[in-house]
Amino acid sequence: MPIEAIANIVVSGLLTGLIYGLMALGLSVIYGVVRIVNFAHGELMAVAMYATVFAFAFSGLDPLWILVPIALAFFGIGYMLQRGLINPFIDRPEHSQFILLLALALVLVNALLVAFGPDARSVFVDYALDSYEIGPLLVDKVRVICAGVAVVACAILFAIFRYTSFGKAIRACADNLLGAQVVGLNVKHLYALTFGLGTACVGIAGTLLSMLVDVTPGLGPAYTLLAFVIVIIGGLGSMVGALAGGILIGVSESVAGLLITPSAKSMFSFALLILVLAFRPQGLFRAR
Amino acid sequence: MNRSVVALLVLLGILLVLPLALDRYLLSVMILILYFAYVGQAWNVMMGFCGQLSIGHALFVGLGAYSAAALFQHFSIVPWVGMIVAVVVCVVMASFIGWLAFRFGIGGTYFALLTIAFAEFTRIGFEHFGWVGGTGGFFLRVTQQDQVDLMQLRGPPILFYYLALALATLAFVVCWWMLRGRLGFYFRAIRDNEEAARAAGVDVFRYKMYAVQISGGMTALAGVFFAFYYNNLFPDQVFHISRSIEIILAPIIGGIGTLFGPVLGAAVLTVASEGINQALSMAGYEVPGVKQILYGIALGAAIMFMPNGIWPVIARRLGFGRAYDGDD
Repeated sequence: MPIEAIANIVVSGLLTGLIYGLMALGLSVIYGVVRIVNFAHGELMAVAMYATVFAFAFSGLDPLWILVPIALAFFGIGYMLQRGLINPFIDRPEHSQFILLLALALVLVNALLVAFGPDARSVFVDYALDSYEIGPLLVDKVRVICAGVAVVACAILFAIFRYTSFGKAIRACADNLLGAQVVGLNVKHLYALTFGLGTACVGIAGTLLSMLVDVTPGLGPAYTLLAFVIVIIGGLGSMVGALAGGILIGVSESVAGLLITPSAKSMFSFALLILVLAFRPQGLFRAR
Repeated sequence: MNRSVVALLVLLGILLVLPLALDRYLLSVMILILYFAYVGQAWNVMMGFCGQLSIGHALFVGLGAYSAAALFQHFSIVPWVGMIVAVVVCVVMASFIGWLAFRFGIGGTYFALLTIAFAEFTRIGFEHFGWVGGTGGFFLRVTQQDQVDLMQLRGPPILFYYLALALATLAFVVCWWMLRGRLGFYFRAIRDNEEAARAAGVDVFRYKMYAVQISGGMTALAGVFFAFYYNNLFPDQVFHISRSIEIILAPIIGGIGTLFGPVLGAAVLTVASEGINQALSMAGYEVPGVKQILYGIALGAAIMFMPNGIWPVIARRLGFGRAYDGDD
């Protein structure tokens, strides 16, 4: 196999992986602070994808503009979900939380199915077929732009956590819940903000991915699983790990698609997950 | 004999003669209920008794189903022998998963995700496994349906009704017996507080392995039943995560860690799901997905308002307080 073909596949996997990373980052942030595993993560992303498809069809605006209202709307959705539905479950056992979010996922994905049917839809921008030629590499323009936006979104999230006062407060909750309550932080509000930030990530990732893949309701559960695989590989709760795990899975998926068959590519990801859980259960990028 | 034993024997008696009063459709619903009661009981051993959450139990159903079915179809080996092979395969698989996880003390969410990963990995593997049909599915020889051939497990639905009843009853009795013995006390000690159990001298690793092995082996039999009842197997159907979720709903809704919870949960959920089907088709509103939405809402409401399941609430009302959790 020519080395250029492999290089092309790796680069394209890396770019897709950055978007996966953003999606997984949402899951990881929520788990890291609120200690809830969001089993409806991929389903929320599917909702964002449909929102993008329809906003694009009606307004004709570039999805990169649609992205801003979607991010804001998903922040609001996440905030209210945590405040209204999930917060009473914070102290419940894991299987209770799991069933609650599973029920949410079931409702979301089937609401999409009822509303829009099982047919695939897509967002076709006018630069969809353009590509950049960098030396021997041929890279899709859409993929580059989407990956760039994903990186910017991650950077903004990192900055929020690092430099703003409420980011600091959220980290305080994650580090020492009792301490945070003692110094008078409004934990309920901060948890909801965190959940909002996490769902905003997944909203943005959904908008970006809708430019790259065909959108069907069935994507929801598949992306939930993918997000789990990524955060476990990177280390549940670790922000850098989520991003790096996303890139790793993006690359390994596209290489596996080339070497074995495309339908077996997620087998490769699950094998990676099993290896990581077996030999480094805290994840590749997290200290024990 | 105390009240709960009498009540259970009466229930068993009713179930033994019930097929006389049922048509083909209702019989198939009853078979489903008994099937889910059995797998739910098997899953409950691991989660309800020992506190290890598996969301990948379809793995054991699928492996059991494919083992017995492949032996039957390719080598004409009777399912009663295939059953033993299926159990061995699943116990080996369960031991491998348990060993990987418990060695490092992986529990809770991580363990649950590990079980999902194994199930999904195997599903995609079987989709590319040509010897058992791959994505195209694997089909068993079907003979005259009105002849009962107990040896080959070929026959009318009524045969499978009594088979499922036998499985569900056996699982109930085994679990009841297990809860009364050392094994059950060790399991529950680990579930309630692993560190305390260890400090009290329980070999935590070994007993968690037992729980996973027993649960996996029991589920293998459900797989064999599934294969010979439906006569066709598709990796996307038997191994899929939605199958795993179906399995765990009955014990969670019925009452996790209780003996009667899985049975009650299976009955409530199957009746609810069939009822929604009937109601929707009568209303002439058969859009795919509507049923699942209602199901999702019911599930969310159940976990919100009855976090410990339905059975503990009912048991208290009926005065079966001591049957709850098997402490009698």
